[in-house]
Amino acid sequence: MKYLISATIGTLFGVAACLSLVYYNPLHTQDDLSPLAVTDNQIISLNYSAVADDTLLYTNDGASQVDPYPAKVQELWESPIRLTTVMVTRLLDSRNEVAGLGIKFLSDSERTSVLNGELLVDSVWHIVLPDRGSLFIEQTENYWAYVRDIVIPAYWSSGDSWRGLWRHNITAGPTALATARVAGASGQLAGVDTEAVEALAARAYSVEQGPVAMQGELSIELPRAGEAGDGSTGQD
Amino acid sequence: MFKSLIAGFFLGIVVTAAALYYVPAVDQHRERSLVAVMPNGGNTETFHVNVPFDRIMMGASGQRTALPAGLEWPDDEKLEGISAELFKVRNSDDAVIGVASRIEAGSHEADRIIEWVLHLPARGSVYLSMRSEAAGDGYRVGQLRAGTREFQNKTGKVTERWIAAEAESPDTPAGQIELVTAFIATAEGSR
Repeated sequence: MKYLISATIGTLFGVAACLSLVYYNPLHTQDDLSPLAVTDNQIISLNYSAVADDTLLYTNDGASQVDPYPAKVQELWESPIRLTTVMVTRLLDSRNEVAGLGIKFLSDSERTSVLNGELLVDSVWHIVLPDRGSLFIEQTENYWAYVRDIVIPAYWSSGDSWRGLWRHNITAGPTALATARVAGASGQLAGVDTEAVEALAARAYSVEQGPVAMQGELSIELPRAGEAGDGSTGQD
Repeated sequence: MFKSLIAGFFLGIVVTAAALYYVPAVDQHRERSLVAVMPNGGNTETFHVNVPFDRIMMGASGQRTALPAGLEWPDDEKLEGISAELFKVRNSDDAVIGVASRIEAGSHEADRIIEWVLHLPARGSVYLSMRSEAAGDGYRVGQLRAGTREFQNKTGKVTERWIAAEAESPDTPAGQIELVTAFIATAEGSR
C-alpha cells in the first residue's frame, strides 16, 4: 500500500514538474520585434479596441468567458462554428481618427500544441478603408504569451484580475517570417499582395470579463510601385 | 518506497508529455464537404444563407432598424456608404458550416465594392470580389481573390443570387442568398 501511495505522490509531482517545464520554458518566448520594423516601405497602422464592449459587434458560442455584444446578437452555437469568434470594429489610424471598418473571424486551430507553446488561432480580417480600398488578411496567431503572461497570472491572483503593461506580436504565420498574408481587392489596394503583423497591448484583464483594457494594432506593409502583386487569378 | 516515488515521478512526466503531444487540444467539427467535380478538373460547391434567420448583423449608416437589437452603428462620415452584413453559411444539406461577411461600399456603380469573406473553420476562408453590376438573369458574378488552407492556391469564380421563397410564412425563410463557387487549383497549388 505504501508503495502505491508513494508512486501516486511521485506521479503527481511528475505531472506538476512537466507542466511547470512547459509553462516556464524559456524557449517558448516569442520575438517581440516585428519583422516589418526593418522595412523601408510605408506602413499602414490600424488600431482597434480588443475589448468586446468597445466593438460594434462581438459574438461567439455564448458559453465562452467573454460575453457576446450586443446582448441580443445571435450566438455561434452550431458545432462547426462553436470554436469561432467574430468581431466587427472601427479601425482607427495613427491619429486616432476613423480609417475604416474591420471584421475579424477567429477560429481555434487544430495545429495547437501546448507542449510547443503554441496556442494557435486561425484568423482572417475583412477590411474596408474608404480612402484606400479593401483588403483581406490571413494569419495564424499564437496566444501562448498572452495566456502565460496575463490569463494564468489573473487566475492565480487573489483579486481574479491582472494589471500591468504588456505588448506582444501575436502574428505567428503563415509566412516564413511569421507575418500575415495580405491581399488587396479594390481602390489603391487592388492587386496588392503584401504582409502584415498584428500586436496586442494589454493593461487590465479580469477573470470574470476577459480583457478590460486591451488595444490591437495592425501594421500593414505597403509595397512600392512595381513590387505589388498583380492580384490576377488567371480568369475573368 | 523511495524507488516507487522516483518511478512515479518519471511516469508522471512521461504521461503528461505524451498526453500533451498526442491528445488534440482542438478538434473542429466537420460536416461532409459536398463538392462536385467539374470537367476541367476543378470543383464546384453551393453555399447558401437563409434570410432572415441566418443574418447575424446588418449595419449601415442611417439605417432605421438595427440588427441585432442594440447595435450602435457609427455615424462617422468616413463610414458613410458602407454597409456590412454577417451571416451564418450553410452547405447544400442546410447544415451551418461557417460564417460570412458581405461588405458593400461606394455610392456610384463605377467605384462600388461588393465583397464576401466566407470563413469555414474546419477548412479555411475565401475572399470573393464581386462585380458591381449584376448580370441580367439575376446573378452577380465574382472572382476568388484569395483563399486560405483548403482554398489556398486556387483560382476561380463565384455567382451570387437571391432566391425568393415560394410561400411566405413566419416560420420559413423569406428566401436564400445562394453562392456557387467554381474553383480550380493553380499550377502552384497542384504541384
